This record gives sequence, C-alpha cells and structure tokens, in this order.
Amino acid sequence: MNIFNNLYVYFRFLEISVRSQLQYRLSFVMLTAAHFLVTVIEFVTVLVLFDRFGSLKGWDLPEVAFMYGLVNIAFSISDAATRGFDAFGTMVKAGDFDRLLIRPRSTVLQLAGQELTLRRVGRFLQGFAILIWAANAMEIDWTALKVGLVIFAVFGGAALFAGLIVIQATIAFWSTESLEVMNSLTYGGVAVTSYPVTIYRSWFQNFFIYVVPLSTISYFPTLAILGKPDALGTGLAFQYLSPLIGFGFLALTLQTWRFGVKHYRSTGS
Amino acid sequence: MPQIVVENLAKTYQVPIRRPGLWGAFTGIAKRSYRQVDALDNISFSIDEGELVGYIGPNGAGKSTTIKIISGILNPDSGRCEIDGRVPWEDRVAHVSQIGVVFGQRTQMWWDLPVIESFDLLRDIYRVDTTEYLKTKDELVERLEIGDLLNVPVRLLSLGQRMRCDLVAALLHRPSILFLDEPTVGLDSVSKLIFREFIREINKERGLSVILTTHDMDDIEALCKRVMVIGKGQILSDGPLSALRNQISPERLLIVDFETEISQLEGIQAAVLENDGHRARLSFNPNQISASELIAQVSALHPVRDLFVENPPIEETIARLYTENKL
Amino acid sequence: MSGYRALISARFRTLLQYRSAAIAGFTTQVFFGLIFVLIFEAFFESSSLPQPMSYPEVVTYIWLGQAFIMMLPWNVDRDLQALIRSGGVSYELLRPMDLYTAWFSRAVALRTAPVALRAFPLLLITALFFDLTAPESPAAAMAFVVTMIGAIILSCAITNFISISMMWTVSGDGIASFAPAIVMMFSGMIVPIPFFPDWIQTIIRILPFSGLVDTPYRLYLGHLPASDLGFLFAHQIIWSFAFILLGRWMLNRGLRRMTVQGG
Repeated sequence: MNIFNNLYVYFRFLEISVRSQLQYRLSFVMLTAAHFLVTVIEFVTVLVLFDRFGSLKGWDLPEVAFMYGLVNIAFSISDAATRGFDAFGTMVKAGDFDRLLIRPRSTVLQLAGQELTLRRVGRFLQGFAILIWAANAMEIDWTALKVGLVIFAVFGGAALFAGLIVIQATIAFWSTESLEVMNSLTYGGVAVTSYPVTIYRSWFQNFFIYVVPLSTISYFPTLAILGKPDALGTGLAFQYLSPLIGFGFLALTLQTWRFGVKHYRSTGS
Repeated sequence: MPQIVVENLAKTYQVPIRRPGLWGAFTGIAKRSYRQVDALDNISFSIDEGELVGYIGPNGAGKSTTIKIISGILNPDSGRCEIDGRVPWEDRVAHVSQIGVVFGQRTQMWWDLPVIESFDLLRDIYRVDTTEYLKTKDELVERLEIGDLLNVPVRLLSLGQRMRCDLVAALLHRPSILFLDEPTVGLDSVSKLIFREFIREINKERGLSVILTTHDMDDIEALCKRVMVIGKGQILSDGPLSALRNQISPERLLIVDFETEISQLEGIQAAVLENDGHRARLSFNPNQISASELIAQVSALHPVRDLFVENPPIEETIARLYTENKL
Repeated sequence: MSGYRALISARFRTLLQYRSAAIAGFTTQVFFGLIFVLIFEAFFESSSLPQPMSYPEVVTYIWLGQAFIMMLPWNVDRDLQALIRSGGVSYELLRPMDLYTAWFSRAVALRTAPVALRAFPLLLITALFFDLTAPESPAAAMAFVVTMIGAIILSCAITNFISISMMWTVSGDGIASFAPAIVMMFSGMIVPIPFFPDWIQTIIRILPFSGLVDTPYRLYLGHLPASDLGFLFAHQIIWSFAFILLGRWMLNRGLRRMTVQGG
C-alpha cells in the first residue's frame, strides 16, 4: 500500500466525517460557539493576573499571550484530529475494534480518520485571534524564517499533543480506568505551557522539558521569534529545531501503539 | 486442495480474577491473579471453496474465537491455519482484503450519511477498481432491491433494510469468503426469507464460500448442508445436518387425524405421545420401521382422514447434543 | 421521605465504587493544584504591588478548591443525560415519586460521593506537604462548614437545573456544554474572586457561583469575617431557591411537552 493511496483514503475519511457533522447544522453552530466561549474564558485568567501583577518574571502580557496563542492553536489542531484515539477506550470496551481489524487498512489510519471534530475550530479561532493581537502589540522583526517557525511550532505542538492521546489510547488496551490521568496531562499541559517554562520550580520545569517535552512547542520557538535571551542557555539553532521533538515524540508513541495492537491480537480481550 | 485448512488450533485466555470487597479491590490493584480458560482445544477442520457451512455452539463454546482466528484478528496459541495459501493473522491486510463480514447487530456503514456514501468509501478502503465496483454494486443493489435506499441515511433504515445494505457492503470488493455472524437477529420474516434466498443464490452461482454462525436453527436448516457443532472448545460434530439428526435424534413424528373417534391405539411400532381421540401424535424410529409401514399399520387399525410426518425441531436435536456433552 | 433517602443512599454507594477513578482523580487534582500554585508563586515573586490576598492565603484557597472540586456542578449526570436522549424519561414518571425531588436526590449523591472519596486524602497530603493551613479561627471553621452545606445545596440545585435543560436540546448539550466554564470562572475556581478587577467583582458577587467556592474558602481563611456568615449563607440559599423553582417549572413544562409530542 503506497503512501499516496493511504493519504487519499485519509482525506476521504475526513470528508465523510465533516459531511456527517454538517448534517446537524444547528448543533454544530451552537457547540462551536460554546467552545469558543469556553476557551475565551480561559484566557481571561491570564488577563486578570497580568492586570494585578503587571509582569511575570521578566515577561509581559503580549509575550505570554503570544505563547498562549501558539499553544492553543496547536492543541486545537490535535484535539480536532485525534478523536478516534481519544474515544478508543469506549471502542475497545464495546468490542468495536474488531471492525477496524477486519478492514485492509492500518488501525492508525482508521482511527486518525474517524473524526475531524469541527467544533474545535472555536479554540483555534481564539488562539489565532490572541496570537495576532499579541504579535501586533509587540515590535517583532518578522522574517520568512520566523513565520515558518510559527507554523513549524504549531504542527510540532499538535504532534506532541496527539502523541499524548495515542498513549492514552494505548493504555486502554490494558485498562480503561486510568484515562483521566492522561486527560490531565493534555489539559494541564496546555495550562502549563501557556506560560514560560522558566517561571516554575526546576523539577517541574525539567518534567516539561525532558519527560513530556511540551515546552518545545511554545517556549523555545517563542524565544527565537521574540529574540529574547534564554535563561536556560539554549541557542537559536536549538530553538528553531525544537518542534522536531514533537514529531519525534509522536513517532515514538505510535510504536507503543503497535505494541498495544499486538497485545490485543494475542490476548483477544 | 481445500480453501480453508485448520489444524490443531488451540487458544487459552487468561481471565483476571476479581476479588470481592474493598480489601479485594486494593490487593487486586497490586497483584493480579488469573485463571485459564481453554477456548479452543486443538480443533481441526477444512472447508472447500464454495461450501456453505453452519457453525453453531452454545455461548462461550469457542465460536467467536474460531472466527476471529480465521479472519486474522486473533493469533492462536498453537496450531496451523491456511486460507487461500495465506496464514490469516500473519498477513492480515492481504487476508482481510479477500473476506467479507456481516455482523448481525452492528452495521459497518457510516451512520449519518446516505448508504451510497458508505459504499463509495468502502470501494476506496478496499481499493476496488472503479469499473469493477460499479458493475458489482449495480448487480448487488438490483438483487437485493435497495435501489431506493441508496440515498437514505443509514440511521433512518429499518433493521431489515440495513441488513440488506450490509450484505451489499460486505460483497462490494468481491471477497472469496463471506462470514455471517448472527445475521438474522431481530429481523422480520420477510427479511429473513430475502436473506436466505440471496445467500443460497450467491453461494451457488458465484461459488462464494459462506460460514454462518447463528442460534437461529431455521437459518441452518434452510441454508446449510454441512454443520459444525462446537462445545467447550471441541468440535462435537461435523457433517450433513441429516447425519447429525440421525445420530442424535433419529425419531420422527407421525401425526394422524382419524375419521371417527378412536380411544385406544395398540399394536403399532410407535410410541403414542398424545391422543385426544381425533388426532394422535406418534413417535417412531425410521431405523426400525419406515414411515410408510407405520402408516399402513395405523390405517389398518382405523380409517384415517389426514396425516403428516415431521422431523423433531432441530432445536431439540441440538439441545440434546449439548446435554449429552454436558454443555 | 424514606424513598428519597434510599435513592440517595443507593446512588451514593454506587458512586463510591469508582475507586480507581478516585485514585486517578486524586493524581489529576494534585497536578492541577500544583500548576495553579506554581503560576501564582511566579507572579507573586515578580511583583511587589500590594495584592488582595497574600500568597499563603492563595495557596490554601487553591488546595481547598481542588479537594472539593467534585462538589461543583461541572458535569452532567451521565445516566440522566442518556435517559433524556433515549426518551426514557416517561418511564421515570411510573415511579411513585416527585420527579424533581428524585432527580435532586441523585444530584445530592453525585455531588457528595466523589468528594467523600477524594477530599480527605487530598486535604491530608496538601496539609502535610503543600502548605495547606488550618482555619483562621473556630468561628471561621464554623462559618466554613455552614457555607459548605449551602454550597452543596446550591450546587445540586444548579446541577438539576442543567440536567433538566437537556430536555430542550436538539442533539448537542445545550447549556451543559458551557456551564462548566462559567461555573469555574465565576466561582473563583480558576482565579480567586478578589483578584478580578473591582468592577467585575461587583457583578460576580451578585451571581450565584461565588457561593460555591469563594464564599466558604474565604470564610475559612478569615479573609471574609465570620460575621458576614448570615448574609453570605442567605445569598446561597436564595439562589438555590431560584434554581429549584426555575428547575421545577422547566421540568413540568418539559414533561407536558413530551406527553403531547410523545416520548
């Protein structure tokens, strides 16, 4: 099976998903509006705190808002594209995973294509709006390279978040009861990396740099774009390449997924 | 060379033991203990191309385990299986491209969109050549009379309509083997008859191998010349239904309506199950006395107005088989 | 009365079964609490401007919030949601109970059982390792207990209101989809109310949600004087009544609409 054919089938899956959701037009509009509202409220936190405190360890509001926007755009893309994996716990419990195995396509392709949750565009719009506002409020020396980095960081971040969801799905092969822990890592991760990772205590920092490298989505790329010096001492080269870590993380988690499928196919649970 | 070969297939499940109570819950998190469940105990069979086989057994007998292994979803612990020259679980993608499955209770189509969208998507998933696809689709749609349903969203279909569409969906990629898993559950009589007729035809005309697992014995009787019975992980019986019947419950029923009232029936080589004076139900063993001989005996006793001969319901035969094997 | 008590007790016991969910939830809450605490710590270290609450007070506020989070009306009763979606509400009418009170009883169990599982271990751990402080005074402790009861009642009233509102949604979740965000924001769960700009605080104090979080925890801290108890408790109860009355009215309308339209 060549890669182009698989890509074609992936887009066919997405097409079907989008058309299914648009069957329920009113519901879609309402849910998107609700989602937008919810995510806007989350940003109010940042506004309120900066209003009271003025600055955050050498970072001001537009700078943090820029990071916040990046993280939310990245997460919204992942959130929209990974519903199949996110809901996998329910699927495997109901015995519906067999239906995927009976088809001559990889399980990853089928789960990835299961749904493109359109209403997540609410969070995407919020992140995008905040990013644009923040960029305008600062004097950034925009180059083609920097714009490229923004896009690279967004997709690297989306890949990282997707990796977390893949781990969550893989765990479901063994137990469907610990899903909440992974959920907290994704949403908690969004909260944590909306702020510069250097503001936290060092052990916390290290967790989000080395274990779950979410800081690579927002912190390092933002340093490069804003031209801020890094308290951790990384250079521009690293900062420009850091989103690669997100892709690497996803690739690793997909390997664990394959291991999970193997386990399922030999124990049949 | 048979199409499906299964040799000494064995599968054991490890089922975690749940301990009751609060203390049990805590120790259960720390250390899990398991008990072994032998789902398949070295079973063997082979199926030739074009056969229509029924596969029955009580729940937990190993039916779905067998089906999962032959469809390539599950790996066995030991044993050999070869289908069209392939080992199903080693060559999953290649193998499943050649099989079609209909799950009775669950549809494989996409819920919110018209039926035709599901068909088109399956075409892409199975990589069917477009001209081939159109020909196959049109043929099946006409056969199963679902032309009017093509633009109807799947969620609006009745169960009978959905089943017909699921049959088409399973055959669009022209598989060489069709698995039917409890396909007629909840269907009305008309749909059941349409289903049986279709399966019979397609098996005969196309030489499509069909494996049917079901609890509905009428389906078995109508469709399957060959029946495999599995119980406790072992094949208890494999062969024509008539042979099974002859082996387990050979007796047949003769029901006689008499011209005038009769009180006693004596001197016939049959057991009188019921006699209300007008109608009598007699049970006889065709190995000891033929139906025509018995009819002659009965008519000699008393004038007969009408009579008919029946096999005991197949359910009884199967139930007896299960009981005899302590299932 | 005994029927409702039996309902609460049965549902309570069922919810207590979810032990592994409680353990997972415990981890989640420690994690989130930590995130909030660290963010505030960084902000406090960055500025010498006077703040409406001190850092130690914010820390205790956050941990109390995490300990009792399951008490908030942040999710819908899944079983009720399924019941309403499937049209099985009509079967509920077959029971010899006032439907609103029956559902309210479910809400009581839903808002107390998970808390019972998680609150104690969380309070213990955070007191030992994360600087959770004791109540400011005996009067503060008592005021805390009273307003927690008020908060539970208010939460159940809001929960029930959201559940009933599901009878009017087409296929999405309606109010239920953004109620959690509104509750979290205006109760003080995300940012303690005193940190909001003064003009927003005036509005928030009128709204019911501050009674769920901000009121009991600031009484605990002594940040709100215990003498304000009467007024604050009355605020909780009045809003509870409002939600209960509105909920009852909506339920009746909804049931009547169903019996006319069918299922």
